[in-house]
Amino acid sequence: MAKDKSDAILSVRNIETFYGPIMAIRGVSLDVKKGSMVTVLGANGAGKSTILKTISGIMDTQKGTVTFEGKNITNMDPARVVKRGISQVPEGREVFPLLTVAENLKMGAYLRHDRAGIHQDLEMCYDYFPVLRERAGQIAGQLSGGQQQMLAISRALMSRPKLLALDEPSLGLSPLLVREIFAIIRRINKEQGVTVLLVEQNANIALHTADYGYVLEVGRIVLEGACADLLENDDVKEFYLGLKDHGVRGKRRWKKRKVWR
Amino acid sequence: MDKAFEVLWRIIAGASLVAFVSPPFLFLFGVIDSSALMLYLQQVVSGVANGCVYALVALGIVLIYKATETINFAQGEILMIGAFLAFTFINILGMNFWLGALLAAGGTALVGMGVDRIIIRPMVGQPAFAIVMVTIGFGFVARSAVSMVPGWGTDSYAIERPFAADVFTWGEIAISYDHAMIVATTVVLCAALFLFFRYTKLGIAMQASSQNQLAAYYMGIPVRQIFTLIWGLSAGVAGLAGLMLAPFTFVHTNMGMVVFRAFPAAVLGGFGSIPGAIVGGIIIGIVESLSGFYLDEGIKNVAAYVVLLLVLVLKPEGIFGVVHRKKV
Repeated sequence: MAKDKSDAILSVRNIETFYGPIMAIRGVSLDVKKGSMVTVLGANGAGKSTILKTISGIMDTQKGTVTFEGKNITNMDPARVVKRGISQVPEGREVFPLLTVAENLKMGAYLRHDRAGIHQDLEMCYDYFPVLRERAGQIAGQLSGGQQQMLAISRALMSRPKLLALDEPSLGLSPLLVREIFAIIRRINKEQGVTVLLVEQNANIALHTADYGYVLEVGRIVLEGACADLLENDDVKEFYLGLKDHGVRGKRRWKKRKVWR
Repeated sequence: MDKAFEVLWRIIAGASLVAFVSPPFLFLFGVIDSSALMLYLQQVVSGVANGCVYALVALGIVLIYKATETINFAQGEILMIGAFLAFTFINILGMNFWLGALLAAGGTALVGMGVDRIIIRPMVGQPAFAIVMVTIGFGFVARSAVSMVPGWGTDSYAIERPFAADVFTWGEIAISYDHAMIVATTVVLCAALFLFFRYTKLGIAMQASSQNQLAAYYMGIPVRQIFTLIWGLSAGVAGLAGLMLAPFTFVHTNMGMVVFRAFPAAVLGGFGSIPGAIVGGIIIGIVESLSGFYLDEGIKNVAAYVVLLLVLVLKPEGIFGVVHRKKV
């Protein structure tokens, strides 16, 4: 799938991003096919969030390019990236705590001016997450973590994005809620035709939900493939899914080759 | 021992509060006669009017603080520039008072936006201390620069007003038109600001940018431009306050000293709360006016800080202050 670059809505080529002197992204390339759901997996500090920040223009890359719908958006101003159709659900939800749910959603549509369309999308969000309709007049800081995550996703949808980038939507939520939210993300992906780029630590749910996956380690892509294949991969099984292969004496295998970088 | 001091502080605070609000009750119980009550109410009215000016200056400081987490120590100088602009439009150019007031507020707003764009924005990312020092520095420069402008200089001026320095009576209380105008303007301005922040897209975006800057960037809100607009708004309010302060302190280069009443007002209300700034300003105004009248004249100058001290000891978060914690 990744070899076929022609239908990629987003292509990232060899980006290198730094935090001061620290190189967080060491030449990452990835492609997101239009209408698909792609996940980037990795442990803490692997650089997952930095990739999203680089794509959305919050951070600048020193090298490489980001292409969206065939146009170069490398290091573009965040507001212009949103206008082009990339909307982000930031890590840790980051709702506006003292604004009401409805006002939060209104801010998601800040760059839009079509009243009818905004209203239509508002109804769509309320249909996906009925609890938000009930809480529309309540301030967002009073919502539970799960409801805030739903609000953050809806707020990102309010800009009517072509690509929805989610940064660890499972963070701090109960397993049941994670499953519910991922199911809705998948439904949004299918029903609205929104391409989804999902950055996750929870490999199990991410691989079971998405179409295609990349595995990131210390700033590099070490593995990629269709999610169904990745689920069968021994290294992914051992390091990301926690399924260990026990030897005859019940010890961990030492000599089996890991992914080499 | 600390406990004992706290009790002592509470007794002092309680006793002063009782002293300040007692006259109406004393009158009801026949301890004082109606003329004494009228004198008291007279002081309260003028205190409210002065307090409204403090409130508007504090409001400007709080607006900027909430949005950018910068404390603008030059708010007083911006007020002074506003007063000089009003003086220029109304006295020198001979414009209609109301038109001149509007132009002066607009002009001051432009000055505020300029300060943000030229001085503050390049400083973004520097330590908060550095930014605060820059605002203090701007204050000094502004004071000197204004004194060098031909026609302004270091003299004191009075702005010509359509209403004479006259009074009308309400019951037995005499209210000057200047005081009435201050209160009316403050009420209208607060209502307008409330509606603006509550119902307009720009107002909500300003709140959003100050509550969560990063998320505002993600929504495509032009955060930097929004901050510049907030500086403009805050400076415009300060400009109006300067115009209203002019009948009492006159227009001169040091009239910005009024911030030393506005800072206690902002802290008293709970730094970061807009209703708090208004209420805090009015309380400071009343306390000042009453203590200046009933106690030694010198007490007037320290009254604001005595109140501030009591509040900081007993309720450090201020009257309307709330500690918001982020949920993760």
